[in-house]
Amino acid sequence: MTTARRGLSLLLVMGLGLAAASCGTDDKKPAGDAAGGPVTITVGCEPPKSNPKEREAWEADVATFQKAHPNITVQGKDAFPCINPDTFQAKLAGGTQEDVFYVYYTDVRKIIEKKQGADISQYVGSVGAVKDLRPDVMGVFRDGDKTYGLPRNNYNMGLVYNRKLFTQAGLDPDNPPKTWDDVRAAAKKIAALGPGYVGFGEYSAGNTGGWHFAAELYARGGSMVSDDGKTAAFNSDQGRAVLENLKKMRWDDNSMGSKQLLQWADLMRMLGGGKLGMMIGAPDVVQSVNNDFKGKFEDYGVTAVPESGGQSSLSGGDGYMFNPKASPEKIKAGLQWLEFHELTPGQGQFNYQRAKEQGRPVGLPIPDLYGNSAPGNQINALRKQYATVPVDNFAPYVAAQGNITNKLEPPKAQELYAVLDVAMSAVLTRKDADINKLLADAESKANKILAKNT
Amino acid sequence: MVREIVLSFQQNNFVDPGKWVGFENFRTVFADPAFAAAWLNTAAFSGLALVIGSAVPFVLAVVLNELKHAKAYLRFVVYLPVMLPPAVAVLLFKWFYDPGSGLFNQALDVVHLPPLSWLDSTSTALISLVIVSTWMNLGTGTLIYLAALQSIPGDLYESAELDGAGLLRRVWHVTIPQTKLILLVMLLLQVVATMQVFIEPYLLTGGGPENATVTVAYLMYQYAFNFGDFGGGSALGLMLMIVLLVFSAVYLRISREEAER
Repeated sequence: MTTARRGLSLLLVMGLGLAAASCGTDDKKPAGDAAGGPVTITVGCEPPKSNPKEREAWEADVATFQKAHPNITVQGKDAFPCINPDTFQAKLAGGTQEDVFYVYYTDVRKIIEKKQGADISQYVGSVGAVKDLRPDVMGVFRDGDKTYGLPRNNYNMGLVYNRKLFTQAGLDPDNPPKTWDDVRAAAKKIAALGPGYVGFGEYSAGNTGGWHFAAELYARGGSMVSDDGKTAAFNSDQGRAVLENLKKMRWDDNSMGSKQLLQWADLMRMLGGGKLGMMIGAPDVVQSVNNDFKGKFEDYGVTAVPESGGQSSLSGGDGYMFNPKASPEKIKAGLQWLEFHELTPGQGQFNYQRAKEQGRPVGLPIPDLYGNSAPGNQINALRKQYATVPVDNFAPYVAAQGNITNKLEPPKAQELYAVLDVAMSAVLTRKDADINKLLADAESKANKILAKNT
Repeated sequence: MVREIVLSFQQNNFVDPGKWVGFENFRTVFADPAFAAAWLNTAAFSGLALVIGSAVPFVLAVVLNELKHAKAYLRFVVYLPVMLPPAVAVLLFKWFYDPGSGLFNQALDVVHLPPLSWLDSTSTALISLVIVSTWMNLGTGTLIYLAALQSIPGDLYESAELDGAGLLRRVWHVTIPQTKLILLVMLLLQVVATMQVFIEPYLLTGGGPENATVTVAYLMYQYAFNFGDFGGGSALGLMLMIVLLVFSAVYLRISREEAER
């Protein structure tokens, strides 16, 4: 085997060490950011050229914004997906991190703890929209009385299902499953359509299994960690119920297909391919399946996660944080851009009129940044006015929102998810998996992780 | 490399100067439940890759060397997988291993054998990765062995043939003694290479099922990029580097012996 090829992974990590050595302590003052003078900001998550409609909208927004703020130049940095965990630390170490960088909720806590994001508390008051944002959403970016970022997208987990397959299997797509028993029954019927049909798909590798375990646990009223965040709390009746249910669907019902160890893109691909009946996911899954995996919007519906009525649902989303080395002028300019592009009804990402004219999908019940407030209602009205997708398909999800509390991911989320991947992969690949032992093992491992200060 | 060593003793956020934490990063990774599994899997992968990944290209080289016709064509066919980008080659096997409609289970079905779970079982996942790895690197190994075989003086084989030695006896008494050093060098190179196995578990199994395919390099990736703990990742990297340095030193010694021969 060639050493060069094998050396790639080692170099990946070690090379970053070298990058850090050469650039990590570089503290050059950025040019052109004197108070009141011209300022240039780099902003992550510009749509890539391969997505021409969204790119066109972004560029038009930059032009409009710069016209209103002639001293600010916005330089978008494109990428698909917007963030790759592999590059985050590398960009920071190499000094190429954007001034206004894109981030998933999952990583915000870690970035704050590691002081890899700027404290914007003294500047964020200039953003009028902040007072209307959902407190739980803003809470993602706050630590005590300090603020570190602004949201772009917010959702909670639901159940995404293929309406076409529901009809084919004799199920009513307008009356999707509300309990796990309903899911089991529906999954069996879909799997019975023939070889290759999978009733319900689930992740179990690359930390995504643990993530979905948390989603199903929260919906049943369980918790990943204790209230003080210091010990694991998933070795509970609810945790057992999550694994027992999956084990039954996999081995008793045979409705989950034979291929396991699935990761993020796998279920989307299966959904787009038209042979997967259901998966846990937020409405943005439908968008991904439509944009990237050849599915059609009208074929899918979203409802609440089973058992979540009156309980919680794992929330997620994304937003922007600031380079810890960005000057106050860059931070102020970045906040103005974010207010314009991400937070203003009718503008930027909420310019649904333009999206409709461009033939882009409008009508998904995300993002939900404002809840039931004036800007939130305005956004919903615009979304309804310019809708291009069948909004009724998402009505069960929307209707359930009033009874569901958004619940954030646990501390040390990725580490805990990695531990729970083991339990998830065990019940999905081994008929004799001992659920009590799996949960006890995972609990003791998670407690060690939570006890660490780093 | 010096920076790598420094990082493994620091907590570093790449913003402020690193904070010295002594052996804390090492204690963290030692206490990781996946640590022991990662080393055991890495050792098992290397061991299996030595048995399968060395034997197959050597046998192929011997067969190719013995062939009278279609030699160039077969050499091309054997080398073909090396030309594929590693990610493409690995993902191709993802389809081969599919327990439902995968090529391998269809092949087993043709010969009336029961299907295997391949990547989805703790007992077959690691060996499935070794198979991918062997296939991907078959061409390079075969060509190196072939070059070594062709450097063996032909009269040695002719004398053996005159003495009535068949293929196996010729391989045993002529080929292996004549290529002993190359074989050793290749084995050591293979250990150094396979101990860094990353792309196969990363793309095919995500370290599962039940940590059955988590390797040291994969765990390094998890620490550095998913957990944001560069100190832990570097500590693991340093441990791996020390092990690889030992093998590299042996390799250099043997190479020197070969050069002096």
